[in-house]
Amino acid sequence: MGEFIYLDNAATTKTAPEAVEAMLPYFTDFYGNPSSIYSLGASAQKAVEEAREQIASTLGAKSNEIYFTGGGSESDNWALVAAAEAYAGKGKHIITSVIEHHAVLHTCQYLEKRGYEVTCIGVDENGILKLDELEAAIRPDTILISVMFANNEIGTIQPVREIGALAKKHGVLFHTDAVQAYAHLPIRVDEMNIDMLSASGHKFHGPKGTGFLYIRTGVKIRSFLHGGQQERGRRAGTENVSGIVGLGEAARLAFSHMEERSRKEAGLRDYLIERIGKEIPYCRLNGDAGRRLSNNVNFSFRFIEGESLLISLDRKGICASSGSACTSGSLDPSHVLLAIGLPHEIAHGSLRLTVSWENTMEEMDRTVEAVKEIVERLRNMSPLYEDFIRSAGQNR
Amino acid sequence: MYSDKVMDHFENPRNVGEIENASGVGTVGNAKCGDIMRIYLDIDDNGIIRDCKFKTFGCGAAVATSSMATELVKGKSIEEAMKVTNKAVMEALDGLPPVKVHCSLLAEEAIHAALWDYAQKNGICIEGLAEPKSDIHDEN
Repeated sequence: MGEFIYLDNAATTKTAPEAVEAMLPYFTDFYGNPSSIYSLGASAQKAVEEAREQIASTLGAKSNEIYFTGGGSESDNWALVAAAEAYAGKGKHIITSVIEHHAVLHTCQYLEKRGYEVTCIGVDENGILKLDELEAAIRPDTILISVMFANNEIGTIQPVREIGALAKKHGVLFHTDAVQAYAHLPIRVDEMNIDMLSASGHKFHGPKGTGFLYIRTGVKIRSFLHGGQQERGRRAGTENVSGIVGLGEAARLAFSHMEERSRKEAGLRDYLIERIGKEIPYCRLNGDAGRRLSNNVNFSFRFIEGESLLISLDRKGICASSGSACTSGSLDPSHVLLAIGLPHEIAHGSLRLTVSWENTMEEMDRTVEAVKEIVERLRNMSPLYEDFIRSAGQNR
Repeated sequence: MYSDKVMDHFENPRNVGEIENASGVGTVGNAKCGDIMRIYLDIDDNGIIRDCKFKTFGCGAAVATSSMATELVKGKSIEEAMKVTNKAVMEALDGLPPVKVHCSLLAEEAIHAALWDYAQKNGICIEGLAEPKSDIHDEN
């Protein structure tokens, strides 16, 4: 592959060389099974426990509250299904939001088919959860509130502290999908009243196929995988030792320079937002301008379609993503963009650029120039733009 | 995921544009689904398609099928243009991914819609041509 500009860090990130370095010995030297009694196994076990402590410390949690999983989707599935089962005696009502990741939404649909009732709370035009709607939706039989920490498409950061306080006040469990937020924002599970939290390693320069679920002590939750004593008997199966080591190292690294990294990312983000917003007509920034992940830029460009924009960017070596239907394999554009009130045709024309601290200003300049050129080219090909210009001419 | 031909027609689309006082114009698809195609035809007195232009809002496959469809009907008689099916467009592009087959259907429909417009304007009947069923104006 030639030179390219990677602006899809919300999809996945480059694994940090430090994480790779930390992992390697656990493939070739310390390959023992952590459950084995001899020292080769014990050294693997020790590495797993060190990673667990590392992760726990970043959240203000206890290490026995961290359960390693195969990633964010698994953590979400586990949290929802197992909590729903464990608390079915209290009630069968679950509250979530309309802009959750499909790992939460589709799991909720699965639970609905099994007799649970799910209420999806709406968001405002910037994607912020309507807290009054949330409180009004809580009932005596509500067992779980699951709201994401920050949105993967538009980057909006939710009022997690307020949601946690409401959940606590009403005695309801609070789970948050923090896949986009963990290691990007400071999170304290006690102060924020978070009972369960999902995270994924490859979103913060850790290896793919790794993640964890935080489960507060005292929360009843069923085992997810059966057949062994790993993860306190709740997730059986030999641990992904090297992956867990890489996850722990990526977390250590991410938290060691989180502020500096976020500041740099926010600088790149704001530069992109300002230039695109100023230099490309008929566009709109999606998501909240202030309560926004430091790495997220999401624009809709009227009269054009997202997939053609992505292919054109790819030809110029720029990796980005879109909420258009054509990129999702369905006829509907992103449920998040529709939830913040965008009409279908404008949701189809969305572009998400997610930066990392390793990107440069020069890359931002090249990206803005490329987007400008491509949007203009596609508009000149668009019958919607032709109609718009024609009617604008008539109204003049 | 796209063939080289599709990429070529997406990056260097043939016959993009409008035709002033076109003999027939057809617009199909709808913005809700993310695809709109408009085809302009310039047809001479002998029923030969002298020129054909298109404008498309849609994915890479939608642009490429529009471009290929205009190439296939240009210089042809109306009867020959009627034989340009979505299958023909797809074959000429060395195939499309299964989820994009509907784009080629849209190209066929756009040509038919433009021919229908031509037939309406001239009070003629083109064999095998039915009134276009999908039109952006029906959707809004």
